[in-house]
Amino acid sequence: MCGIAGYVGRPDPTVPPHALLARMVGAIAHRGPDARGSHVEVGVGLAHARLSILDLAGGAQPMSDVEDELVLTFNGEIFNYVELRDELLQRGCRFRTASDTETILQAYRVFGPDCVQKFNGDFAFALWDRGRRRLMLARDRVGVRPAFYATRGNALYFASEIKALLEVPDVAAEIDPVALDQVLTFWFPLAPRTIFKDICELPPGHMLLADEAGLRVTPYWRLSFPDAGDHAALDRRAPRDIADELGALLEDATRIRLRADVPVGAYLSGGLDSSIVTALMKRLAPDRLKTFSVAFEDAEYDERPFQEMMAAALGTEHRTITCAGADIARSFPDIVAHVERPLVRTGPAPLYGLAALVRREGLKVVLTGEGADEVFAGYDLFKEAKLRRFCAAQPGSRRRPLLLQRLYPYLPQLQTQSQRYREAFFLGSADELADPLFSHLPRFRTMRGIKQFYGAGLRETLGDYDALADLRDRLPDDFSRWHPLSQAQYLETAFLLPGYILSSQGDRVSMAHAVEGRFPFLDPRVIDFATRIPPHLKLRVLREKHILREATADLLPDAIANRPKQPYRAPDSRAFLGPQRPSYVDDALSLAAVGRADLFDAGAVQKLLRKCDAGRAPGARDNAAFVGILSTQLLHGRFVDTSIPRSSHEAA
Amino acid sequence: MTTMRRDQIRTFINDNFLFREDRESIADGDSLLDAGLIDSTGILELVAFLETEFGLVVDDADIVPENLDSIDRIAAYVDSKLNTAAAA
Repeated sequence: MCGIAGYVGRPDPTVPPHALLARMVGAIAHRGPDARGSHVEVGVGLAHARLSILDLAGGAQPMSDVEDELVLTFNGEIFNYVELRDELLQRGCRFRTASDTETILQAYRVFGPDCVQKFNGDFAFALWDRGRRRLMLARDRVGVRPAFYATRGNALYFASEIKALLEVPDVAAEIDPVALDQVLTFWFPLAPRTIFKDICELPPGHMLLADEAGLRVTPYWRLSFPDAGDHAALDRRAPRDIADELGALLEDATRIRLRADVPVGAYLSGGLDSSIVTALMKRLAPDRLKTFSVAFEDAEYDERPFQEMMAAALGTEHRTITCAGADIARSFPDIVAHVERPLVRTGPAPLYGLAALVRREGLKVVLTGEGADEVFAGYDLFKEAKLRRFCAAQPGSRRRPLLLQRLYPYLPQLQTQSQRYREAFFLGSADELADPLFSHLPRFRTMRGIKQFYGAGLRETLGDYDALADLRDRLPDDFSRWHPLSQAQYLETAFLLPGYILSSQGDRVSMAHAVEGRFPFLDPRVIDFATRIPPHLKLRVLREKHILREATADLLPDAIANRPKQPYRAPDSRAFLGPQRPSYVDDALSLAAVGRADLFDAGAVQKLLRKCDAGRAPGARDNAAFVGILSTQLLHGRFVDTSIPRSSHEAA
Repeated sequence: MTTMRRDQIRTFINDNFLFREDRESIADGDSLLDAGLIDSTGILELVAFLETEFGLVVDDADIVPENLDSIDRIAAYVDSKLNTAAAA
């Protein structure tokens, strides 16, 4: 696990190639503190910052193949490298190290760019093919590891994080208004767009090839579901048989994710998913296991009793950090700099602190339960969409909407709501049923209020741009034929998962502390298997992740196995206010700073600040607006506003 | 009186939900729900405002979009409540 950077073509001549690579990889040194390397030849430069996990002695990068025809810089893991290496040896490939890195080189020799189809792993890599004078940049299927690129002059630059690209003299950060509107609608920009103009993200499941003929970005994998009516495409075995195979598959997905030459720990949130992963780890490697949890001072968010129950049941060596609002506020500017995009939630902050704890405890690798809610339909949004669809099918029914009371039992302000308003929030208008984004419309409605804060310039630039229409245009052709649950799962898995969960709450905050997360539920075999499970076995009436519970019941204490979903949340605007409020809050939201960034209406921002300050419990929209605007302002101050000297960033 | 009340309501909506001064951004007849201005917490804020500002009691049964989902509707609702109270 590491950071990668480099270029192909003729880079800016004002900086010598080695110096440029050193600057680029230096900007992401946090990702790989164990070693650095670079490789320069005519027309290409590759750099690497290494976090040593596999083949500690032999895995140095950039790495060449035995034949010296390929050079590779690679971030991530190929978990099935052992099996793949055997296959490649049989085909006559030669290896000089025991690393997974060399497996990529040899797989490319045999399969060409299609080698990515063979990899079960989380990866972003750049491979230079000397013979073809071609660079291949590739990223794993679901987007665990990041990759960004930008073309300037006669060169293509790439890196694990945008901050490395900003070291290139030609590359400057400027906020892209469309991307900002997307973030304030979806929580993230729609790849390949990033929050910065003319800086691109290589989308998950895509590869980029750059040679004399130009630059091509193509998908090699896409999440797909069978048509709703196509029963033959579904797994029609007895549920018990499906559950048994799923159990075995999850165990193997966990087994290959324990491959490391350093100890592997686990995150334990207290929920079903991380408990399953931890229990499987304990079964596979019964020796000492360290587990890690975030606890919250505020009982509304805290899950400590369940974390302790699971740690005790499995006998793990358990460590907890307690997160208070002040901790979130203190780390927030650093987190915005790491995630390189505005945030509308503070969820990344506790996970940033948790990764720091893991690192202090001497670990570099953790397994987590990420992905189960997407792949097995765990989110409340899926239940909400099912109920809304049920209500919309009989608009005259007075009984059906009463079921809405069963949603979000943990949100007090929703529970005290009148039935009519509950219906108004969730049910919307009759024509919504035909919208492919049906499942997500209430979430997008909550975010729509943030547009009130857009300044005149931003409004004018955006014109009639419609982020929802943009998203609709990106849906696969057969999307409309899928089961509604599959459609909702696709929207979560193809967009929110890489755009927010795996990046802002995943790679970027854990790699800030050189900690690598691994996710058994996102094993490609598990994902493929789950797409064929009939929807009613995933969300059974309103029981989320039904088949997953069936598959893993014998692993867990009943109290955990039957636990309703508790979503991961953290304190929002009030973390930044009150007596311990850091000075940057007022600075970033001041009339002058908001005016300088010229994105939001400074007067409106002042009113929002006053409202949140007054302590009248702000709702979901106000919280999202507060965090979204504050983080945008911090991002602007950190990356765009050149009137603030760089040194003050480093001191901060 | 009615105009003054309507102004008070508009100011409250401006300061707490709209956060803006320019009147074009929402018309008196526009739905607050459709504009994304009101969420579940917002309703409670609005009810608390009406109760303290106009000294009325908003019954649970009155908390419906027909009474509260636009500046026009809120003003009409407040008028009818105050008129009923005055007549009683």
